[in-house]
Amino acid sequence: MATDITEESSLGEINKYDFVTPTTAVFKAEKGINAEIVAQISEMKNEPGWMRDFRLEAFKIFESKPMPKWGGDISLDFQDIYYYLKPTNEQGKTWDDVPQEIKDTFDKLGIPEAEKKYLAGVKAQFESEVVYGSLQEDLGNKGVIFTDTDTAVREHPELLREYFGKIIPSTDNKFAALNSAVWSGGSFIYVPPGVKIDFPLQAYFRINAEQMGQFERTLIIVDEGAEVHYVEGCTAPMYTTESLHSAVVEVMVKKNGRCRYTTIQNWANNIYNLVTKRAMAYENALMEWVDGNLGSHLTMKYPAVYMMEPGARGEILSIAFSSTGQHQDAGAKVVHCAPNTKSRIISKSISKNGGRSSYRGLCKVEDGATGCKSNVVCDALILDSESRSDTYPYIEVEEQDVQIEHEASVSRIGEEQLFYLMSRGLTEAEASSMIVSGFIEPLIKELPMEYAVEMNRLIELQMEGSVG
Amino acid sequence: MSETLKITDLHVAIEGKLILRGVNLTINRGEIHALMGPNGSGKSTLGNAIMGHPSYEVTGGAIELNGENVLEWDATGRSRAGIFMAFQRPMAIPGVKMADFLRHATTNVRNPERKEGEELIPMRQFRKELTEKMDQLRMDTEFARRYVNDGFSGGEMKRAEILQLAMLRPKFAILDETDSGLDVDAVKLASESIAEIGGEQMGILIITHHDKLLERNTPDFTHVMLGGKLVETGGVELARELYTDGYDRIRTSYPEAAAAEEAMTEVEAV
Repeated sequence: MATDITEESSLGEINKYDFVTPTTAVFKAEKGINAEIVAQISEMKNEPGWMRDFRLEAFKIFESKPMPKWGGDISLDFQDIYYYLKPTNEQGKTWDDVPQEIKDTFDKLGIPEAEKKYLAGVKAQFESEVVYGSLQEDLGNKGVIFTDTDTAVREHPELLREYFGKIIPSTDNKFAALNSAVWSGGSFIYVPPGVKIDFPLQAYFRINAEQMGQFERTLIIVDEGAEVHYVEGCTAPMYTTESLHSAVVEVMVKKNGRCRYTTIQNWANNIYNLVTKRAMAYENALMEWVDGNLGSHLTMKYPAVYMMEPGARGEILSIAFSSTGQHQDAGAKVVHCAPNTKSRIISKSISKNGGRSSYRGLCKVEDGATGCKSNVVCDALILDSESRSDTYPYIEVEEQDVQIEHEASVSRIGEEQLFYLMSRGLTEAEASSMIVSGFIEPLIKELPMEYAVEMNRLIELQMEGSVG
Repeated sequence: MSETLKITDLHVAIEGKLILRGVNLTINRGEIHALMGPNGSGKSTLGNAIMGHPSYEVTGGAIELNGENVLEWDATGRSRAGIFMAFQRPMAIPGVKMADFLRHATTNVRNPERKEGEELIPMRQFRKELTEKMDQLRMDTEFARRYVNDGFSGGEMKRAEILQLAMLRPKFAILDETDSGLDVDAVKLASESIAEIGGEQMGILIITHHDKLLERNTPDFTHVMLGGKLVETGGVELARELYTDGYDRIRTSYPEAAAAEEAMTEVEAV
């Protein structure tokens, strides 16, 4: 098959660029975590002293922090996890090692060959390397930096250090501390003042690091008047060998800047997906999170926007789909720290076949933040009597002159709606599927076209029960 | 042989409460039947039972389409066999565009053997037909892009139901108060449209309180429902009498059914 030849030659190409450094090749990862392993990770990456100290400090915090008391039931043995995947392993992984069920799902989704391999963690397709190269050149001319975070530590230390761990300090929560101690990969983006990138930057193009690792660390800095849309993930099930995914994403949007961060993730059913995402938006800046969560055993994720200066806006659109053995504890946080700031949260969840979805959201208005507006809408759709949905809205307002709206609705897929559609010749399955796709339409229309198509297809597959 | 929807001694209960107590009605394709009766007498229940609403339990009797047992089919099967109901209060399906919904529905009804995931009617062909039908009903093309019944006014809902009737071209159609909530002009338009769509092609059961819908769709038969039974059948003159004089004569003539009606309404009031 032609693709096999491509694979051979692309691996050759990769070796030419010397992606594997000799030190990493001999690194022996051990299960479990202690200060020594944390130091070792830093050493393997040839990191500067400050990053090593940052990691060790974070590890101490991790040890001292209790498990989160909210959300789902986390039964993880921290000593039974690899915290740094051996790059040698990664490089050696081939298409043949990918489980058949994952390949089948890719086929059903109609994902192109190159993307399939990328998604399954098979690195380095020649085609995307070329795309990435020309993209880099174009962006580079505008002063945009788009690289993996490990590279950024080496090549842009001052810039990175100014913001790294400042938006989400290691002390924030146990899993942010864990990530800070053992992070690897993730994206680093800097957009200079006034630069507007008119196409979405996709993690897909950035192929030279373990960007889909367990503990990725992403930092985006949008300078004054700049704009960027970053897209990560994909609707295909993410395949990893480990049971914990714990990322940290920090975003800084300066005066008049705009940032949209779109995530669509579909994890395997054994994964704990515990992610901390937070953005700070300054004067008249706009931060938007678009967040789609499917799969996983437990997801806890509440993208946050802190509106730091007058006129800042935060918008969060999230969707969760949970099925058998899955608990999606997802939501959003908006914190109004300055006057005349505005936020909007739209959250949609679907529970099916015994799945559980929870909306957990915080709307906070600090003292003195007058004239703020916040609008929260969360809708849950429950497809059968075994499934469950909960809403936990937290509202903390320390200011009188504000306008806060919260609407929540929970609906079972209505017998009346089903009957109506069936009376027009649709089967019960087609009718349910149509109701669900209508329910998530507000999110789908915010996605880039190719993601919208895949997301719709994935929901259809979920409804047929043939995935996951 | 003409096609027939035949209802025999139909008994229907909702949540264990008996609503229909032996309805007999035969509709041939090409005929127009008017169904009248006071509120709560069971008219909509008959419609829902024919269409196969799962909450309406058939406790006795039969519904047959050309001799086949309709009760064995779910609503999907009934629709694909050519039965249609224009609802009094159609459900909103937020996020689903009228055009997408109608394309699915039309494909399924025209190819009853279609399996899920199989090809839909080609987009161009479908669009052309939909646009023509919408023109006839004087509906703005923007309508096709709106979400099914979501935020529709009463009049828009009824027109959307007639549009579906026009696209699906059923053998038998039940129109449940398709004239209610419409202004005079809208009823006139609806009435003309139904006459145009129906013609010799359909057997129609029109549930109504008014005369407007019947002006252009002169009923061959008028039935009066009281206390869950069809107590009297006549021609168009019976319809005229009822919307002019009301149901007092009927109640007096059929004391047993009137008593049943009273009992049913009392339970509702509690």
